[in-house]
Amino acid sequence: MLPRVLSLGVRRGPLTRRPGTLRGGFSLDWEEKLSEIKKKIQSVLPGTSLHPLYDSSHLPPDHSDVVIVGGGVLGLSVAYWLKKLEKQRGALRVLVVERDLTYSQASSALSLGGIHQQFSLPENIHLSLFSASFLRNINEHLAVVDAPPLDLQFNPLGYLWLASEKDAAAMENNVKVQRQEGAKVCLMSPDQLRNKFPWINTEGVALASYGMEDEGWFDPWCLLQGLRRKVQSMGVLFCQGEVTRESELVKMDNSVEYQPVECALVINAAGAWSAQIAALAGIGKGPPDTLQGTKLPVEPRKRYVYVWHCPQGPGLESPLVADTSGTYFRREGLGSNYLGGRSPTEEEEPDPENLEVDHDFFQDKVWPHLAQRVPAFETLKVQNAWAGYYDYNTFDQNGVVGPHPLVVNMFFATGFSGHGLQQAPGVGRAVAEMILEGRFQTINLDSFLFSRFYLGEKIQEDNII
Amino acid sequence: MAAPWRSLRLVAPIGNRSTRGIHQLGGAVDPESSQKKRRTMLQYLSDHFYDVEFLRGYFLQNKMDKVHQKNRSFAHLEETHGPNNAGAFFILKQGGAVKFRDKEWIRPDKYGHFSQEFWNFSEVPVEAVDASDCAINYEGLENLHLLKELQSLSLQRCPHMDDWCLSRLYPLADSLQELSLAGCPRISERGLACLHHLQNLRRLDISNLPSVSNPGLTQILVEEMLPNCKVVGVNLAEGLKLGPEEQPQDTDRPIPA
Repeated sequence: MLPRVLSLGVRRGPLTRRPGTLRGGFSLDWEEKLSEIKKKIQSVLPGTSLHPLYDSSHLPPDHSDVVIVGGGVLGLSVAYWLKKLEKQRGALRVLVVERDLTYSQASSALSLGGIHQQFSLPENIHLSLFSASFLRNINEHLAVVDAPPLDLQFNPLGYLWLASEKDAAAMENNVKVQRQEGAKVCLMSPDQLRNKFPWINTEGVALASYGMEDEGWFDPWCLLQGLRRKVQSMGVLFCQGEVTRESELVKMDNSVEYQPVECALVINAAGAWSAQIAALAGIGKGPPDTLQGTKLPVEPRKRYVYVWHCPQGPGLESPLVADTSGTYFRREGLGSNYLGGRSPTEEEEPDPENLEVDHDFFQDKVWPHLAQRVPAFETLKVQNAWAGYYDYNTFDQNGVVGPHPLVVNMFFATGFSGHGLQQAPGVGRAVAEMILEGRFQTINLDSFLFSRFYLGEKIQEDNII
Repeated sequence: MAAPWRSLRLVAPIGNRSTRGIHQLGGAVDPESSQKKRRTMLQYLSDHFYDVEFLRGYFLQNKMDKVHQKNRSFAHLEETHGPNNAGAFFILKQGGAVKFRDKEWIRPDKYGHFSQEFWNFSEVPVEAVDASDCAINYEGLENLHLLKELQSLSLQRCPHMDDWCLSRLYPLADSLQELSLAGCPRISERGLACLHHLQNLRRLDISNLPSVSNPGLTQILVEEMLPNCKVVGVNLAEGLKLGPEEQPQDTDRPIPA
């Protein structure tokens, strides 16, 4: 409003006659001076942070109710649900601090984007079902006025998990649990497998479980951008910077500027780097075997994804196949390209220092299993490869959700070890409910709290790729 | 709980008939330029006035709610009247046509009224459904699962059919022989890939799918996926200089052309 009034004032007032016109020729200087004056006045206006001496609009605000550390899919999901479930419009001030707005190392952007309900824990199944229905109705949830609708490029082809003799009984049990919780999964014998997917070599496979609905893969970047757009339209502030001290100092990128942000709650959604943020809060600083001394057991683990071309490979109907050896692959697009990889064993873990790809890993550890399971993959050509981090929970490979028992104003939404993207909408809602209502309402995630690390209660999940 | 309108900022539809009355400003001399002007004026007003934004969101949410209401569950009718009648009622309420075995097609007229004689058919299965131009979506397809012996399904030009919905067609795999998806704006090749469950399909129409990126290649891959099925719709010879194409005419199809 004011700029318009200002310019109107300039046009109508005595200043219309430029000082230079009398003498003839100083008009350029005047324009620049005018814009500087406008900027100065704007920065002193009520509603902006009052720093009349210098412009601080690029810094985060001084106060914020909730600060979310990490702007990946989990952090944005928490921000979205906080704003959606707040009692009054504008009741919560939320700030999202993201270190790298290009998301060059973020797990969300580098993910394969798969979603499935074939877990052994009922909570995981519920989270995944909730997320599937969120993604299905994404244009109702994340709609912004005058913005184009989101196209997630969802591929509903399902996951196919193969089990050897020794895992067959566990798989049957898991499928029973999954069906009870509402997932549409069916079991297939090796004969049925060969009938349906003739390109599979069923040697060593005793049982297979195939997801029929709500399973598949989608474009995680689209979800990320959609969440960002919606969350910004709901009034959440974004800031590019790094959190450096528990008194909430946000350091701006590429500069030595610091901005202390006073807040009531901090949500740790920093993914692979969550342990550093937790250490800033003093979590883990204490004698071992006490609650104070229990560190957050989340560390970055590097995983490779390879893209190859195989002209005679499985057809359009092939699901994401997860082999007995831990190798997985799926088809990409119409042009016989496939994506896949394998989680290395504990001894083979690569160094998470950087995101360099090890191509020998594909030659030695991935290709033999691929060729054994799908004979057509004997001839293939690797086109591309990339690496990304898992925010790996070394305790039990399941997420950490909820408040810390001692540092009561730090909430966690991290440690999902490779299935964070598919559970993000559900986890975001759970954390928002915990903050606003004080307990989990939609999905009960009490077994995912931090205290299990101290009590030693592992909730092991079997079906992790 | 947040009021319903607060969470709804929906995309402005092009030429939304229901809001034109409220948002019409001044007379329109040139209809096209005024529509363009009206759209940007609408955007301008939405950017600057919360009331306009709220009203837009309210009307669009109304539209969405109407679609949800049309696709509500009809499972409660299954106990009293049987699955076939329940499913047929659902289709007729949506505006589609139903054909029971050995009976004529039942179509609603332009006022939405249809003959109620089918309630008296007991245990006669529904053979064919023509749900063209109906607002059927993912939730509504659950009602279609009640029709266990459906042989022919036409979903032409359904605006809310997308890839998620196609993944819900697999329960009809035992009986479905003919499927038409022509003209559905949201279906892409990823949804077509999950038609591989329908092994009894003999005729599949995938013409005029604007969201399919490469229609020719998709047709070839779908033909490979369903070897016993005749896949029609894409003119593979488009752009090539050939003689006149011959379209085979099937005269015994239950669905009228």
